Amino acid sequence: MKPHVALRGVTRVYPGKTPVYALGPIDLALERGEFFAVVGPSGCGKSTLLDVMAGLASPTAGEIVFEDRPVNGDVPPGIGVVFQEDASFPWLTVHDNIAFGLRQAGASEAEVARQVGYAIEFMGLKDFARAYPAQLSGGMRQRVCIARTLVLKPRLILLDEPFGALDQQTRLLMGDELLRLWRETGATILLITHALDEATMLADRVGVMSARPGRFLDVIATDWPRTRDSTIVASESFGRLTSRIWTLLRGESIRALGRA
Amino acid sequence: MSSAGWTRIALVAGLVLLLEALCRAGVIPNFTVIPPSAMAQSLWKVLASGKFTPDIIATLTNVGIAIAASMVVGIALGTLLQSWPAARRVLDPLFATYYAVPMYAFYPLLIVLFGLGDLPQVAIGFLLAVMAVIINTLNGLDRVPPVLVKAARVHGLGFLKTAHRVRLPYAAPYIFTGFKLAVAYSFIGVIGAEFITSSRGIGYEISFAYNNFDNPVMYAMILFILALVVTVNMSLHAWEKRLLARRRRA
Ligand SMILES: Nc1ncnc2c1ncn2[C@@H]1O[C@H](COP(=O)(O)OP(=O)(O)OP(=O)(O)O)[C@@H](O)[C@H]1O
Ligand SMILES: [Mg+2]
Repeated sequence: MKPHVALRGVTRVYPGKTPVYALGPIDLALERGEFFAVVGPSGCGKSTLLDVMAGLASPTAGEIVFEDRPVNGDVPPGIGVVFQEDASFPWLTVHDNIAFGLRQAGASEAEVARQVGYAIEFMGLKDFARAYPAQLSGGMRQRVCIARTLVLKPRLILLDEPFGALDQQTRLLMGDELLRLWRETGATILLITHALDEATMLADRVGVMSARPGRFLDVIATDWPRTRDSTIVASESFGRLTSRIWTLLRGESIRALGRA
Repeated sequence: MSSAGWTRIALVAGLVLLLEALCRAGVIPNFTVIPPSAMAQSLWKVLASGKFTPDIIATLTNVGIAIAASMVVGIALGTLLQSWPAARRVLDPLFATYYAVPMYAFYPLLIVLFGLGDLPQVAIGFLLAVMAVIINTLNGLDRVPPVLVKAARVHGLGFLKTAHRVRLPYAAPYIFTGFKLAVAYSFIGVIGAEFITSSRGIGYEISFAYNNFDNPVMYAMILFILALVVTVNMSLHAWEKRLLARRRRA
């Protein structure tokens, strides 16, 4: 079967007086409906990888193919992105933030109300539908952005540390919700995270990146059943997988720190 | 109201009373300044007579046109320049000296260009106001976080829609500052120009009354402008506070 999205020899160099070799070369193929997690030391090029995959930045070399079409400089329809930074629109209420993409796509107000109402419920934002982002916590703002992306039913979802601002318990629960959503929609997910346990628990495969310029040191298959949830963190193989990832990452993280 | 607010009211009231007392006592002669109570009375009479209604309407219309034109042109030019760094580098130093130019010096030229009607007044108001809108639009757009522009691109928005739906709304508080300045400059520009050559408007009537030693009418119109501008600015200020409240943490 053809991959849903494929990267071949992708690199990215930020030009300038001293060019920054931020990424690659990266070779990666995601199957349709796969849940892929990316872990890597700070500053190794994870967000750069996401930008390039989404068509928000052009690769310096290599090519990206999404649903049989090359991605280059434009975001193809069907891709949803949740950014590392807060991307909520401060002039819109929670409701209108989540409705932004639907209205943009020309959905009827009845449809918007239905979808947004459901997403607000789903994300636990019911008491804040009329609030503005400034009145929310960082974690709640991130949930607004997740909801704004999910209501558009993207076929490929790219998430950049979406649970970074959440506490551990909420993160596990949000992870469960994400798994449920993933099963229901059949979307392909690429999740960037700094939490190794999160990567192990959620993903079918975990890509472990080197220090900058980020390459994949290894890709580890977890072999979880599709119906998994956060209770697998108690299983024996969970610990084994997580410690394998950490062994790979430890040296790289030290290298990344030493450079900084 | 806050204690600062009460103090402010007391201060203004005190100054008015002082002026009243000085005028009544003859310290300030009536051919220089008439007592504030007489100004208010005269204003009431003048407004009730309807004699100056056409002037007031003419001035307000011209001010309104100057504000609207400077907002439309200023936001459009600001948006264009912000996404065109090369042009901006060329123009930036010129912008910085813009307000050093005494706009009224161009009045003869504007009359040659636009004739003796309302247009020269509107043009001066517009010229004074538009740069404030451009500068504040640029300032606001410079602060748009790149991630919001990325979000716009993910939603499939092109240049114009990104400006309209994301960048300008983000910059709105800054543009509002430009708007407040545009209102002030438009009043200054239009009324100031009416003093020079014009056959109607509030500025013209003040100048006419002055030349005819008609202090009651002159001070009535001055009081009218003062009250109008203060009211407009206070309303804008209250509106701005409401708009900003939702953007700030409580
Ligand atoms: N616009 C840019 N111009 C120049 N260098 C950049 C730019 N953006 C990122 N970089 C550099 O590229 C490298 C990779 O950055 P990137 O944001 O992709 O890392 P990351 O893995 O997402 O980091 P983090 O874990 O902190 O989120 C870093 O060294 C960064 O300094
Ligand atoms: Mg990052």
